[in-house]
Amino acid sequence: MSKRTPLNLAGARPGPPHTVTFDGREIPALPGQTVAAALWTAGVVSWRTTRHRGEPRGVFCGIGVCFDCLVEVNGRINQRACLVPAAPGDEIRTQDGDGHGVDGPGERR
Amino acid sequence: MSPAPTLAVVGAGPAGLSAALAAALRGVRVTLLDSAAQAGGQFYRQPAEALGARHPKALHHQWRTWERLRDGLAQQVSAGRVQHMTERHVWFVERVGEVPEGRDPGNPDGRGPGGSDRRHFAVHALPGPEQEDSVAVYADAVVLATGGYEKVLPFPGWTLPGVLTAGGAQAMLKGGLVLPGRTAVVAGAGPLLMPVAVGLAAAGAEVAALVEAAGPSHFAGRSAALAAHPDKLAEGVGYLAQLLRHRVPLAARHTVVEAHGKDSVEAVTIAALDPAGRVRPGTERRIACDTLAVGHGMLPHTDLAEGLGCRVDGVNVAVDAEQRTDVPGVWAAGETIGIGGAALSLAEGHIAGRSAAARLRGAAPDPRTWAAAAKSRTRARKFAAALAAVYVPPAHWAEQLRDDTLVCRCEEVPASAVREAVEELGATDARSVKLLTRAGMGWCQGRMCSAAVAGLAGCEERSARRPFARPVPLGVLARATDEQAPEGGPADDEQNPS
Repeated sequence: MSKRTPLNLAGARPGPPHTVTFDGREIPALPGQTVAAALWTAGVVSWRTTRHRGEPRGVFCGIGVCFDCLVEVNGRINQRACLVPAAPGDEIRTQDGDGHGVDGPGERR
Repeated sequence: MSPAPTLAVVGAGPAGLSAALAAALRGVRVTLLDSAAQAGGQFYRQPAEALGARHPKALHHQWRTWERLRDGLAQQVSAGRVQHMTERHVWFVERVGEVPEGRDPGNPDGRGPGGSDRRHFAVHALPGPEQEDSVAVYADAVVLATGGYEKVLPFPGWTLPGVLTAGGAQAMLKGGLVLPGRTAVVAGAGPLLMPVAVGLAAAGAEVAALVEAAGPSHFAGRSAALAAHPDKLAEGVGYLAQLLRHRVPLAARHTVVEAHGKDSVEAVTIAALDPAGRVRPGTERRIACDTLAVGHGMLPHTDLAEGLGCRVDGVNVAVDAEQRTDVPGVWAAGETIGIGGAALSLAEGHIAGRSAAARLRGAAPDPRTWAAAAKSRTRARKFAAALAAVYVPPAHWAEQLRDDTLVCRCEEVPASAVREAVEELGATDARSVKLLTRAGMGWCQGRMCSAAVAGLAGCEERSARRPFARPVPLGVLARATDEQAPEGGPADDEQNPS
């Protein structure tokens, strides 16, 4: 019997994975997966730091209500990773604080 | 011949689908709006289509009911009686005196067939996933089936990555076919925890413990009420059998007192509860895990109803026996009128759809025609009440909070600030706490902390009266309503030009 995974359980036959980057690092993502799902699959559980304490955050409610999973995608800040689909070539970046940084989104590194 | 009356249904979960189908089958043109890419809501959330899941049934319960809803929707859509608008994040519904010129050509005088009053509504939605522009759908009446979201009471460490809502873990599993980690603890209170633990285990996670605040004595006290629902009891027994099969240890009458970790959760400490709902000193034990899926029940989404001026009792939208709110032309069904599960939502949605269909034609409906749905609604409400009495969060949860434990995740307001507002500054309600501390003022608009703030302030949980159901770009608000693009709704065939 094949290894027990969500994909096996649901008999999934996704198309070939595409590639996105997270803070510059290439990670694979399956077609149809959200940014959060792709990051989880890559073993990443946090992609935002809070404005005051600088604490790491990731998925909390998973359904778009809590806004804890905010992330920067292709230079756009405040995207909810649990809702936004990961598209081939997406540049996903950790969102620090309010995401506006010193030099604006996408310009910090 | 007058044009068919039009109905906008907000939410494509069990209640909304049931309402849309009931109304469409009775001659109403329905626009069904939902924030997701596929129908199903949270309960029947489907894997993203591109994942090519051949056995999505393995992630679900009551699959036959879903097939009936799904096939019914497909039929009505292809017959042109239902328009299903996906990825529409509805942020506001308003009564409009008359539909702007050219947007309701079939009904220029605003009067319905048979001279009945046609009450026009504009449903404003942000198309996703960007949610930057707003579009409007016009309809004669509205069914609000906006569902609910999970309530989580805070504890030290609850903001660590890897700690997430039980429903969130389930949503990510059902929708994205992913797991949050390898070793999970599922904890809190409520009937959702068992299916979540079983689902995670079936998908390959090691579930190190199911930690439930309710204990056997709670069930014993309600055994008569619960025994009246043998089907539901069988479902519960089925979950218990699956927990055993997956070797998930059940810690009944226990609670999580802390989640540990630096950058993400590495372990949790759980402890037994005494009869009063306090942690029993000396019973603490630590369980290693990389995921904590936690929930303490559900809360209804009531913002759209409140924006329309509908009466809300406590946290629930108030409706009559026909599922009508006190605002003419507005019906509500499902979790938005009180948490009760999918079976109840289906019955309420069905009644709402039939009532709306009759009244939109200027006829008083005959409740005898939906007697079966009314009967199952009564039964399901009784069962939900019995469950609500069994699954109660630990009475003294607040004693676990440290001064620096965050209560409001968005604005990072610690327990010490809320306690100061209550104990020293005299705040006795959530609104005063918010003004004094900013708790509830952030992105989520208090959805994640309102229950905790109410508990700390010692007041009743009440709906928060938010002006809009979602964050709306200022540019959208700056534009006048009549400049907003109408979108292929039942009252208009024009497409959004932008």
